[in-house]
Amino acid sequence: MKVLSRIYIPLIFILLYLPIIIVILFSFNDAGSMSHFEGFSLTWYAELFEDETALAALGNSLYLAVVSSVIATAIGTFAAYGIYKMRTRWLSGAIRSVTNIPMMNPDIVTGVSMMLLFVAAVSIPFLPITFGRLTMVIAHTTFSLPYVILSVLPRFQQMDKFQTEAALDLGCTPAKAFFKVELPTVLPGIVSGLMLGFTLSLDDFVISHFVSSPDFQTLPLYIYNQTAHQVKYSMYALCALMVFVILILLFAVNFAGTLGKNKKAKHA
Amino acid sequence: MRKKSFIEGFAAVPHIVWLFLFVVLPLVFVVYFAFTGADGSFSFSNIANLSRYGHIFVLSICFALIATVLCLLIGYPLAYFMSRLKPKTQKMLVVLLMLPMWISLLIRTYSLMAILDNGGLLNSLLESLGITRVHIVGTPGAVILGMVYDFLPYMVLPIYTSLSKLDIRYYEAANDLGASNAKTLFKVAIPLSLPGVISGITMVFVPSISTFYISQKLGGGLFDLIGDTIEREFQNKSTYNIGAAISLVMMILILISVAIMNRFSEGDDSEGGIIV
Amino acid sequence: MKKIISLALLMLIVCALVLTSCGSAEEEEDYGDAITLYVYNWGEYISDGYDDSIDVNAAFEEYCRDVLHKNVRVNYSTYSSNEDLYAKVSSGVVPTYDVIIPSDYMAARMIAEDMLEPINPTKNIENYENIDETFRGMYYDPDEMYTVPYTCGTIGVIYNSSIVDEEDIGSWDLLWNDKYTGNIIQFNNPRDAFGVAQFLLGFNVNSENEDEWRAALEKLIEQKPILQCYAMDEVFNKMKGSSAAIAPYYAGDYFTMYEDNEDLSFYHPEEGTNIFVDVMCVPKNAGHKDLAMEYINFMLSEEIAIANAEYICYASPNKLVRENEEYIEYMTEEVHEDAMEILYGVFDDEDYIDKMQYYYALPDKTLALMNDLWEDLKLQSNISTAIYVICIVIVAALVALFVCRFVIKKRRKSYFEKYKSE
Repeated sequence: MKVLSRIYIPLIFILLYLPIIIVILFSFNDAGSMSHFEGFSLTWYAELFEDETALAALGNSLYLAVVSSVIATAIGTFAAYGIYKMRTRWLSGAIRSVTNIPMMNPDIVTGVSMMLLFVAAVSIPFLPITFGRLTMVIAHTTFSLPYVILSVLPRFQQMDKFQTEAALDLGCTPAKAFFKVELPTVLPGIVSGLMLGFTLSLDDFVISHFVSSPDFQTLPLYIYNQTAHQVKYSMYALCALMVFVILILLFAVNFAGTLGKNKKAKHA
Repeated sequence: MRKKSFIEGFAAVPHIVWLFLFVVLPLVFVVYFAFTGADGSFSFSNIANLSRYGHIFVLSICFALIATVLCLLIGYPLAYFMSRLKPKTQKMLVVLLMLPMWISLLIRTYSLMAILDNGGLLNSLLESLGITRVHIVGTPGAVILGMVYDFLPYMVLPIYTSLSKLDIRYYEAANDLGASNAKTLFKVAIPLSLPGVISGITMVFVPSISTFYISQKLGGGLFDLIGDTIEREFQNKSTYNIGAAISLVMMILILISVAIMNRFSEGDDSEGGIIV
Repeated sequence: MKKIISLALLMLIVCALVLTSCGSAEEEEDYGDAITLYVYNWGEYISDGYDDSIDVNAAFEEYCRDVLHKNVRVNYSTYSSNEDLYAKVSSGVVPTYDVIIPSDYMAARMIAEDMLEPINPTKNIENYENIDETFRGMYYDPDEMYTVPYTCGTIGVIYNSSIVDEEDIGSWDLLWNDKYTGNIIQFNNPRDAFGVAQFLLGFNVNSENEDEWRAALEKLIEQKPILQCYAMDEVFNKMKGSSAAIAPYYAGDYFTMYEDNEDLSFYHPEEGTNIFVDVMCVPKNAGHKDLAMEYINFMLSEEIAIANAEYICYASPNKLVRENEEYIEYMTEEVHEDAMEILYGVFDDEDYIDKMQYYYALPDKTLALMNDLWEDLKLQSNISTAIYVICIVIVAALVALFVCRFVIKKRRKSYFEKYKSE
């Protein structure tokens, strides 16, 4: 059994990572081809940094990810608080079910439904909605919301009620109690919701495909366009870079947590 | 009970408004378009036309089913082995498992295609070894391979989470009572991790049935699935209606399947789960 | 600690954002606010500075600054089919395009539907005099009011001579030759795909005869099992990497592929083929019509027209280009020894000219029929029954599993009942 475990785990992980590693390796390929390797070179990375469309897409992706995850976290955190404090059972249950719809629905249905909404909205004359930046922000916020609430609400539910009551006893208004006691307790959940929304927005393709316009491209849309035409080899350099960035993000978020715990243990 | 403060009462209001505008309303539009003809009048013609797409639904379900079963067969052992390792190793493996999930589907799928293509890396290697080329891209097998490759982490993670929460004493007890390792797996681990399995199945089945990029790139556009069809219908204003009808049916289908699967997950909880 | 790291990451992201927006803000000079000209063109259809060529759009921006004293930014986006272009322009999605480059039949349709601005090039565009007579007053714009020719081209068959036998070439039926199963590409748009079938069957590509269209559909359905994929611009990568051996595509694009893979050859099929002209026009809902006309004029100037012709490798309707010695030398030496013959030869071959057909705008009824039949083609799936058999096996296994568990549970219950009663 142990032998099996020792073989199986590395095997599957290697197979899982093989295409990614190959792409990263071949992004340095002088020959500019995916079928034979001819020498190590950074030309494709140089080409990438001169490609205005790619850089614009990068900027758009970052802007979108930050804005949509911040809005989603703001709305979602307050929503989680409101749901947690809600006394009418059926209402809180209903809200949670409806919140989960974008998460349960396949991406294509969410994308298509939002596109239809925007098509109708665009046809209303006095509404300043156009396909592009605005619609993308709305769409990305919408699909990040359920994940934020999913990260934050459990923290509220696991919170120590007595701390809040102590604060209230000591003279805080409910609002002050929220900001001084409840919010800090829930902060880890908020941060993870924020990171989750950020990553989801960076990676999203299907929903963006339906909701965007040619002048607001994000990185996945840029890659999709490339793969539908003659692929510029610098696209592989872009993919390799994205992998590196996400790797760093992932390790930072996960291992920062352990570092923090070790510090606390030392002080304890 | 004290009165609700302002912040407590209204904290959820922005969210409710947002939900209504951007979750409920769009779905209402889908229903509206599904039941509307090209001229804007109410009509059942779209629903009637759906019979033309019946075999596409069946095909998509078949592909998704096979992909899900494969993910389960490959993913369960991985999750099980991972859950029996040392906690530190486990944590690192989890992070390594999550990385592909966070890399965009596009990159993973396209890299797979570039490697498996007739003129790609795999075939170049085979040719240099003197073996004939394998024709993978453009076959149904490639599409299923793509689905399994893309969605495997989504299957493994919930199962692993479920298994890692299991008290290790269950395994010890089973061993004490004379069960071999294999028997422990089948009679203890699997039943107790069923909620995770159900979750994993859902997380693979739903995207598999609605994907279009995988079938476009790895299938060469030769096997149009539901996702491809919907995407094609929404390229032209005149076909929005039929596209909406197809989306509606797919959404309902998925809702029903997920509801059925959740039923099974709940049923086991109430019984305790270990088969004597 | 986690807080600090998260904060640091956030700041990093903000910095990155600021940096990306910084770069683009440099070029604003004192010619006023930047006007954005939206150009919508085919993919790979303009000299864009790649590989030491002139970046035409950047050159135009420079021209606007130096000659017109205007601060202009060209927003250049691409489409891969006329139908996509039509959908985008007719939907009126803002920002509207200023210059579009449809094919002849799509321009004809847009003119008929009053979607194009009558720019009257003979009067308003200086360099229009450079256009060869053969390309003036064509069927789609007899009064020369709406369009200015950009390129002219033909469709042919590109094949990999190291995989395909010489004896199999010459006709459209190479694309139906099952000797090359899994190595054949077909057009991923209805007009061109049906066109190939119609040429093979000897039909008029603009026929309104429903039976003929259905016969063409049958041919395409017959072809589907031996294809590798349906593709438009993906063809470049497939042929370059020798992933596919046979593809119908445009003569100009053949040269681009030949650059990367010298095993590729080209021929015009004997049954005849599509000839087309891509034209520059200004949509009626354009935001900057005068600037659009300046852009078109700029494209007709000698240096730019040659740069485009050398880059795209399509035939140019511009007299100055065809007669330019450097261009001829470049095409023959750098591109392909038979380049001039492949591109311009068809216009000198009287027999073949009769076999070439333009795509006219189809009447609505035929258009609807074509789209319907295309849908039928796409819905054909030649999946071997193996897939269905596997699924049935899986479902049967699942059902068996559940039945077993149900039986086991029932038995357990009856055991417990027994214990209770004892």
